[in-house]
Amino acid sequence: MPADLKTLGENIVERLGGAVESFEFAQDELVLKAKRDEIVNVLTHLRDDGACRFTQLVDVTAADYPSRPERFEVVYNMLSISNNTRVRVKVSASEETLVPSATVVFRSANWFEREVWDMYGILFSGHPDLRRILTDYGFEGHPQRKDFPLTGYVELRYDEEQKRVVYEPVKLTQDFRNFDYLSPWEGMTDIQLPGDEKAVKPPHGWRPAQKTKGVR
Amino acid sequence: MISAGRKDEMLDIGAETQIKPYTMNFGPQHPAAHGVLRLVLEMEGEIVERADPHIGLLHRGTEKLIEHKTYMQAVPYFDRLDYVAPMNQEHAFALATEKLLKITAPRRAQHIRVLYAEMGRVLNHILNITTFALDVGAITPALWGFEEREKGMEFYERVSGARLHANYFRPGGVAQDMPAGLAADIMEWCEGSLPKVIDDLDSLLSGNRIFKQRTVDIGVATREEALDWGFTGPMLRGSGVAWDLRKSQPYDVYAEMDFDIPVGKTGDCYARYLVRMAEMKESIKIMKQCLEKLPQGPVKVDDYKIAPPPRAEMKSSMEAMIHHFKLYTEGYHVPAGETYTAVEAPKGEFAVYLVSDGTNKPYRCRIRAPGFPHLAALDFLSKGHQLADTVSIIGSLDIVFGEIDR
Repeated sequence: MPADLKTLGENIVERLGGAVESFEFAQDELVLKAKRDEIVNVLTHLRDDGACRFTQLVDVTAADYPSRPERFEVVYNMLSISNNTRVRVKVSASEETLVPSATVVFRSANWFEREVWDMYGILFSGHPDLRRILTDYGFEGHPQRKDFPLTGYVELRYDEEQKRVVYEPVKLTQDFRNFDYLSPWEGMTDIQLPGDEKAVKPPHGWRPAQKTKGVR
Repeated sequence: MISAGRKDEMLDIGAETQIKPYTMNFGPQHPAAHGVLRLVLEMEGEIVERADPHIGLLHRGTEKLIEHKTYMQAVPYFDRLDYVAPMNQEHAFALATEKLLKITAPRRAQHIRVLYAEMGRVLNHILNITTFALDVGAITPALWGFEEREKGMEFYERVSGARLHANYFRPGGVAQDMPAGLAADIMEWCEGSLPKVIDDLDSLLSGNRIFKQRTVDIGVATREEALDWGFTGPMLRGSGVAWDLRKSQPYDVYAEMDFDIPVGKTGDCYARYLVRMAEMKESIKIMKQCLEKLPQGPVKVDDYKIAPPPRAEMKSSMEAMIHHFKLYTEGYHVPAGETYTAVEAPKGEFAVYLVSDGTNKPYRCRIRAPGFPHLAALDFLSKGHQLADTVSIIGSLDIVFGEIDR
């Protein structure tokens, strides 16, 4: 990890106290984990502090991890033009929680947060105009969630009799094919197979091979 | 029956000439809407009070689709974002995946990628400038520019087989080497007709009285406002910020190229036009340097787990065939991690926020399109301007709905 980014991360955590929980490096990129309720303070500090000067909020997005207690992660990507550095700030959220809107700090957050609301259903408190943005008028559901099917629920066609477009449940002439190409041998990587003595030993050692109880 | 008092009111010109603000639909079928923009305008007479862009008419769920495709199958979706300069989008995805795979493309591939990225910039700016001129009343630039644009797309076709949806930049290099004679032909184009046509467009528009009347002092964004609204690319440089990812965070071989970054002073539609015009000339310089420096060697990484083996080898080598089969069914596994990788696309910072969970498909692939925040600022830019100025502003934003709606 680059040394100057490391000191920057340490400084930010020190200055912001409890608002930023931790920082880490992903592929040499600085990632800050912030508290949800403090996000406006964190973004304001990152914008105005002399050592940070992240004057641009270039992107706000989210990711869905359904296995976590708070399933969503809201991701703010910031850019400092004067220092030529980037930083990523993350907060967690769920369907019920309210994330304070960043529109009071950056006006670019307006549409980005509308998109996150549309795609994931994350609510932003204090947003001036939290409408759907990319989906159709009257759309139901949040398509980027992992539990939303790729095909969606409804399809659209023009009805000759009613002289207008109508919504109908999705009918596929062929099932959606999601091939599982993952190797069937994946589960065998920590078993010492006979004749495979040159295989790389896994860090926790070989797992004893179980005898298959089967028909003879 | 009208009472006397009511009659007086109707004659009271001072109170009654005030026109009620009314709402007006602009698009989605308007030629100046540059695609499928539906703009709901609240007008106070001829003056725009509020502009509310309704977008999403071209939303195809690209990010969701990519989550269900292997990394190699995801590349063609990037052509369909900003279909005016397709290879620049692929460049961002290729660099992001390479970062997670911890590989770098061979030198020759990097030169070819920079060459075609700059060609994409020229194609994009020709399209933007000529259609922008068309919106404000000049037809000739479009007729001249599109001929040159077609030549550029022929070079796309010769290297990838497709005029538009190239699918050429792949993680680990490019799909195949340039055919013999192509480099010489591109060089001839860069020295012959292309700079001539760009100079012609320049002389047609830059000093044109009507063009200047329609663009100077229209849609002004100061330096602070441009940063606040998340502007990037020519929109930011038009407002006087000398910022270009090709210089400040160089990727591939941009660090070895000699070029300048044009910066506007006034932040209006005219400044943005001038920046684009000057950028095309710089792009030609970069293309020429790439062709001069173009080294010999491979165009893909030498790893059959990521790049397919040559076709000839597959005919005789069992191992090569297995590699090919596994690569085009299962694909490659990308180590778990995440990255935000940005390139300087013609419209601004185009970035991919890629999250990998160690499988052969991206867990999350966020596409940061530069046009999205630019269009978000349309309300701010056109407030207080006349309706016809909104057309100028839309033209200078350089919006393409493939990338805004995704």
